[in-house]
Amino acid sequence: MSVGTAEKPKIKKEAEPLLSKRRKKFVTDPLNDDNPITVQVLGICSALAVTTQLEPTLVMSIAVIFVIVFSNLIISLIRNLVPTRVRIIVQLAVIATLVTLVNEVLKAYYYDMYKLLSVFVGLIITNCIIMGRLEAFALGNKPYDSLLDGMGSGLGYAWIILTVAFFRELLGSGSIFGFKVFEAIGLEVQNNGLMVAPVGAFIILGLIIWVQRTKTGYVEH
Amino acid sequence: MDLINLGIKSIFIENMVFAYFLGMCSYLAVSKKVTTAVGLGLAVVFVLTITVPVNWALKEFILQEGALTWLSSSFAEVDLSFLQFIMFIAVIAAMVQLVEMVIEKFSPALYGSLGIFLPLIAVNCAILGSSLFMVQKDLGFSGSLVYGFSSGIGWLLAIIALAAIRERLKYSNVPNGLKGLGITMLITGLMGIAFMSFMGIKL
Repeated sequence: MSVGTAEKPKIKKEAEPLLSKRRKKFVTDPLNDDNPITVQVLGICSALAVTTQLEPTLVMSIAVIFVIVFSNLIISLIRNLVPTRVRIIVQLAVIATLVTLVNEVLKAYYYDMYKLLSVFVGLIITNCIIMGRLEAFALGNKPYDSLLDGMGSGLGYAWIILTVAFFRELLGSGSIFGFKVFEAIGLEVQNNGLMVAPVGAFIILGLIIWVQRTKTGYVEH
Repeated sequence: MDLINLGIKSIFIENMVFAYFLGMCSYLAVSKKVTTAVGLGLAVVFVLTITVPVNWALKEFILQEGALTWLSSSFAEVDLSFLQFIMFIAVIAAMVQLVEMVIEKFSPALYGSLGIFLPLIAVNCAILGSSLFMVQKDLGFSGSLVYGFSSGIGWLLAIIALAAIRERLKYSNVPNGLKGLGITMLITGLMGIAFMSFMGIKL
């Protein structure tokens, strides 16, 4: 399912500015027009399970951005050393090492969150966005460009799941980051139990996709 | 009896797709036709039934704290569980490769129908997810065998149902922005509501 966005023409210049127009596109494209979740349909697996509340979602987003940026960078650095036949296992090894790092850090400094996210930190390994970016981009591009590309895809992923989490927490528990919004402004709002159940994530994401695709005019055939 | 309960629970109540969102990528991508969905589903069942018990053995005899005592008693305090992710994913990738070769050798017909799906499975989160849940649930050998098999069946059930619905959906007039992924997510949500009715079963 890796949609080929890597075929961008490589322009050789003497000294390209650190944030040239071409490079800015790496970061901004995945935010909207080429979003990994809503357009490329990648990485939904480990994303939705954690979105009942904003806090775990934020931690998850940061973890994914960390893993995708550094795995893109590492794979891009060693791209000419790795034989094509074994590249999948090399990529998996790099990703799994980074995810293990994240997992150990969480276990040491943020044990409650580690318990809450349970297996879903481990499942970042099989997040298709990461494999997809490594295959489609990092294997054929320079380290700095790959780093930016990873950053873009990670942010694109993060804002979608944060939006899902925002609505699920607001409608499901009546709070934002644990702060009871409706109580604070004195409104009586019944919590919607469906939003806390896994089903809520599917429906919210479906609606977000609808809104976003109507805006960008993207139609799937 | 416990094993039967575990099986029913992991097929219906804790369904991989509807309760844990696992294996969503291939679930959404390969559910356009029933025949291909069946092929992928069977491959997932097959690989899960093998990898979960193998990963159980790995955990039991190598990774767990004190698991290496069968080598020498001086290893009693070695705890390798931080290597879990990397070992599990290596086992899964290797197993998928191995299963692919074995099927190709002994049953070319099955290979013909499963062949293209097998490499996809290495990065299917349902596979790694079941192994991690197996560790979390602290299952024994027979437990992990049943768990692997029945969570695979649960996934197969979900993907066949979705593919059947999507085949019929071709004839309906869906708004442009909802076409494809959007409507599929909403359908999955509705299917999830149907599956929630199983939660009432106490096992």
